[in-house]
Amino acid sequence: MTTTMPSNGETPEVRTPASSITRPFYWSLRRELWENRSIHIAPLVAAGVVLFGFLLANRDLATRMDQWRLRDSVSRTAKLELPYHFAAFAILATGVIVAVAYCLGALHGERRDRSILFWKSLPVSDLTAVLAKAAVPTLIVPAVTFVVIVATHLVMLVLNVVVLLANGRGAAPLWNDLPLGQMDITLLYGLAVLSLWYAPIYGWLLLVSAWARRVPFLWAVLPPLALCLIEKIAFDSGNFGSVLADRLGGGFSEAFTNGAFQHGHRSMGDQLSQIDAGGFLATPDLWMGLVVAAGFLAGAVWLRRRREAL
Amino acid sequence: MAVIEARGLRKSYGKSVALEGVDLCVEEGRILGLIGPNGAGKSTALNAILGLTQYEGELKVLGRDPWKQRDELMREVCFIADVAVLPRWMRVSQAIDYVAGVHPRFNRAKADAFLGKTNIKRLSRVRELSKGMVTQLHLALVMAIDARLLVLDEPTLGLDILYRKQFYDTLLNDYFDGQRTIIVTTHQVEEVQHILTDLAFIDRSRIVLDCSMEEFENRYFELLVAPEHLEAARAFRPIQERQVFGRSLMLFDHLDRKHLTSLGEVRTPSIADLFVAVIGAQAQGRAS
Repeated sequence: MTTTMPSNGETPEVRTPASSITRPFYWSLRRELWENRSIHIAPLVAAGVVLFGFLLANRDLATRMDQWRLRDSVSRTAKLELPYHFAAFAILATGVIVAVAYCLGALHGERRDRSILFWKSLPVSDLTAVLAKAAVPTLIVPAVTFVVIVATHLVMLVLNVVVLLANGRGAAPLWNDLPLGQMDITLLYGLAVLSLWYAPIYGWLLLVSAWARRVPFLWAVLPPLALCLIEKIAFDSGNFGSVLADRLGGGFSEAFTNGAFQHGHRSMGDQLSQIDAGGFLATPDLWMGLVVAAGFLAGAVWLRRRREAL
Repeated sequence: MAVIEARGLRKSYGKSVALEGVDLCVEEGRILGLIGPNGAGKSTALNAILGLTQYEGELKVLGRDPWKQRDELMREVCFIADVAVLPRWMRVSQAIDYVAGVHPRFNRAKADAFLGKTNIKRLSRVRELSKGMVTQLHLALVMAIDARLLVLDEPTLGLDILYRKQFYDTLLNDYFDGQRTIIVTTHQVEEVQHILTDLAFIDRSRIVLDCSMEEFENRYFELLVAPEHLEAARAFRPIQERQVFGRSLMLFDHLDRKHLTSLGEVRTPSIADLFVAVIGAQAQGRAS
């Protein structure tokens, strides 16, 4: 029955149809996620740390809620929400750090390990490759961040409920005072704002990553600082510095109506009514930033085409 | 049809010139060995052909301008570069998925069949594979692509002799079909001599020899001179003379074989010996 398999050389050549469907962008993105597992691992670790701390703090929730009972509902909500805000902030900050680290390595690492010769041996344009890399900090990291934060919040809620039930209380106060759904919508909006606002920063980091032969981190950080210093010395002004600070600040003052951030203890639930998407989209700084980001990315594409392996 | 047509190809990095007016024409179905010392411009020439570097002069690969149309060109051109360039973090299965995802002419079944003959495990990462296995993997990926031009830049560098032999055997038996074109650069010249159809020497940024292997065999002769005919043989002006086991070995260019047969043993020289004679003579010429 069994016959020896003919070697490939003996089988008549079947030419692969040239029309096979390929998805260069999708697979370029997949490849980034394969390589950079910190994109999902780091937020998960942050969530783990937060949950561990929360687990310890959560033990005496029932007693503390008794103390809050006398206060008004806004204040109770603020108390209940605080750990949820903290969790969101910790995971979001981790996401931003991951995004920055990713950008600095994205176009540098492939030249350093010479794998760029492999990537360039395939029919994927430099534009596609760079756009896939740009999508990681602006789309993938925020999406992962969102999912991890929502999941963390759900676990926290379950822990809250368990403690209350274990102490013989009902969980009703949580449903009344904890506006989780609103928090998540605000979070989603905030992440979108952050992505758009930080786009020129990520673009700059990718550009430096494509350009630097060594230590992209220093090349990314020192020139802007030097510019601030030169402006200060030469003109005794700080315009560039304040533009930078505004950019790093995250654009939230433009994205929410005034007041949301001036009362630090205000609950995030309230901020839902303070979302000012129209105002944010009408901010010239947003669009200028996006134009600058596009310029940086174009530069990164130009460099990726020309730079050789290190 | 010419797969590669270069006319006056030039490339310089600042003041140092890497290619100086290179003319090269490679027809379909040929296997060209591009031989030259380190820094002679081999890699620069290949990089220009692959669209990895800008150049001056005229260059068409499969009718396209490689610099302007690299990603389109790569649908029909494959290359394995001088060192293992497969990303070290990548799993074997990911490499296959990725190439299958971006390459319209990739045949996954072929890659699987080839890998099935090796000890490479699907879940291994490239960094866990031996150097020989990485090359096998790269070869498996490349051979599964129905390309018209394959460029190999020192593909067997650092491999032991078993893998080197297997590499070229596989390439010839399972890949080359007389329609594809292959360009290979290597320092292990003796290992490729029998597979080449064409030969080009590149030295000091220029092509110094460009001929088919048939031409090579009809044009160059090595003569193990009988001691009594030493002077007679020298009269035919060998391009090189050296001593082997106390006897003279001479290399002749453009000389009718019949003049030599009476003077000693005549045979086809190895590419390596010719290389030393041609490049060495030029180096001496420069020195004097």
